[in-house]
Amino acid sequence: MVNIQIQTSELNLWFGKNHVLRDVNLPVHSNQVTAMIGPSGCGKSTLLRCFNRMNDLIPETRITGKITLGEEDIYAPRADVTTIRSRVGMVFQKPNPFPKSIFHNVAYGLMIQGKFPRHELRDRVEESLRAAWLWDEVKDRLNSSAMCLSGGQQQRLCIARALANRPKVLLLDEPTSALDPQSTAKIEELCLELKKSVTILIVTHNVAKAGRISDHTAFMYLGELVEFDRTEKMFTVPADKRTEAYLTGVFG
Amino acid sequence: MNKRKLSNILGTSLMGSMLLITAIFLLIFLIRMFSKGFAVLSPEFFFSMPRNAMTEGGIWPALVGTFLLTTLAMLVSLPLGIFTAIWLTNYARPRWLVRILRIAINTLAGTPSIIFGLFGMAIFVNLMGFDVSLISGGLTLAILALPVIINNTEEALRAVPVEFRDASLALGATPRQTIMRVLMPAALPNVLTGAIISVSRVAGETAPIMFTAATFYSRRLPQGPGDEVMALPYHIYALMTEGTHPGSQVPIAYGTALVLLLLVLLISGAAIIIRSSIRRKRQW
Repeated sequence: MVNIQIQTSELNLWFGKNHVLRDVNLPVHSNQVTAMIGPSGCGKSTLLRCFNRMNDLIPETRITGKITLGEEDIYAPRADVTTIRSRVGMVFQKPNPFPKSIFHNVAYGLMIQGKFPRHELRDRVEESLRAAWLWDEVKDRLNSSAMCLSGGQQQRLCIARALANRPKVLLLDEPTSALDPQSTAKIEELCLELKKSVTILIVTHNVAKAGRISDHTAFMYLGELVEFDRTEKMFTVPADKRTEAYLTGVFG
Repeated sequence: MNKRKLSNILGTSLMGSMLLITAIFLLIFLIRMFSKGFAVLSPEFFFSMPRNAMTEGGIWPALVGTFLLTTLAMLVSLPLGIFTAIWLTNYARPRWLVRILRIAINTLAGTPSIIFGLFGMAIFVNLMGFDVSLISGGLTLAILALPVIINNTEEALRAVPVEFRDASLALGATPRQTIMRVLMPAALPNVLTGAIISVSRVAGETAPIMFTAATFYSRRLPQGPGDEVMALPYHIYALMTEGTHPGSQVPIAYGTALVLLLLVLLISGAAIIIRSSIRRKRQW
């Protein structure tokens, strides 16, 4: 039985006159890792940022079509963007912890909702840090600045920060491209663990990585979703010539 | 020796001598201020009232006056300036209006301070009927400081990496929460530094308070916001231009000038310390 967490239908997006996404129909399966690959500028990050409406921040953005998260149409006129964003966590390319303490970084998403008592904040911070495999490294210094952590730790802190809201979906925008190989490996492994409780969408330049950690892969090219399939299928018998060319390194 | 080496040495020594000339002037200035002013400095000079038509006694009312004027100016201009800057950087629409506002603010920043004095006299003293008073002078100084604080706060906010804003919004924060909980705290060291520097500017201004607040001589400390006040810069001006006993008044003027100078140095020093201590704590 397949559970669809996110479904886009006939999604089109323009930045000004620039047609960035063209008729994208993408189903994202619950509790799986879905990788989005494609050459630079193909629209994969833009598509990712549609799922928590971060493109709203860019002036002159126009969107048609529909994206549902569970049952909810997230671009419906009545949809509340802050609620959507608290249900869809996002981790960015460059680790971007706030210049606050480790504790306050993780608690931020909960504190802005203003409805969690102190002891619950503590529990949720611990839960999130454990889930991001960071707890043992920072449990004795929750009050020191997040800026003191290494790059890999900072990125896991950002994951913990996103998890604190207990999101249904976690969006990862090339989360390891600024990290060393060890930190990268750790975060990849972490993704495989996290998908038990959350649906993961990951944008990556790294085809091998997509092959390693994803259940489904979406290949995008020039704003179109060229191919979407189970990863092992796409990586062995791609249906589209362009997919094959990209996967074998002919272009990219 | 080849030509390039020669021109290099020439260039370096030219710049060195320019620096030296500047430094010498500064040094002469400081030595003169200290040698002329230091003799009159004493606890009594700081804490007593002027006596005998200002030929004796201290500068206590001028010190208090400058402190009150500056405090009042900052209490008004800091919130106004900071919130204006927040609005300009985060909310202001449409673009053409913002551009006009920026031009207006920059023009205001370059306006000679005597113009602010005249404006303050026209608006606060006459039109609003505050007379020559602490409140008129404080408000005039606040307007003088406003463009500086707005520009500085805007710059500080723009210096905050956009990644912080994205992270906060992506966690479900509203724009207001993002500004108050992430952007402002991150910009705070620079905002504070700018504020402190504008304090020293405001404390040293003479022209804006000449018609709006300052009095030549006062027997008592100001009793309320409606009173005239003495102020350090105006005190110097008064002693040097309108004194009748230059022999005893000029040293007092130099002493007052030295106090003002030390005050500004102290404030700038505090700004540097605050900035560096906060910078050490958070880096990005």
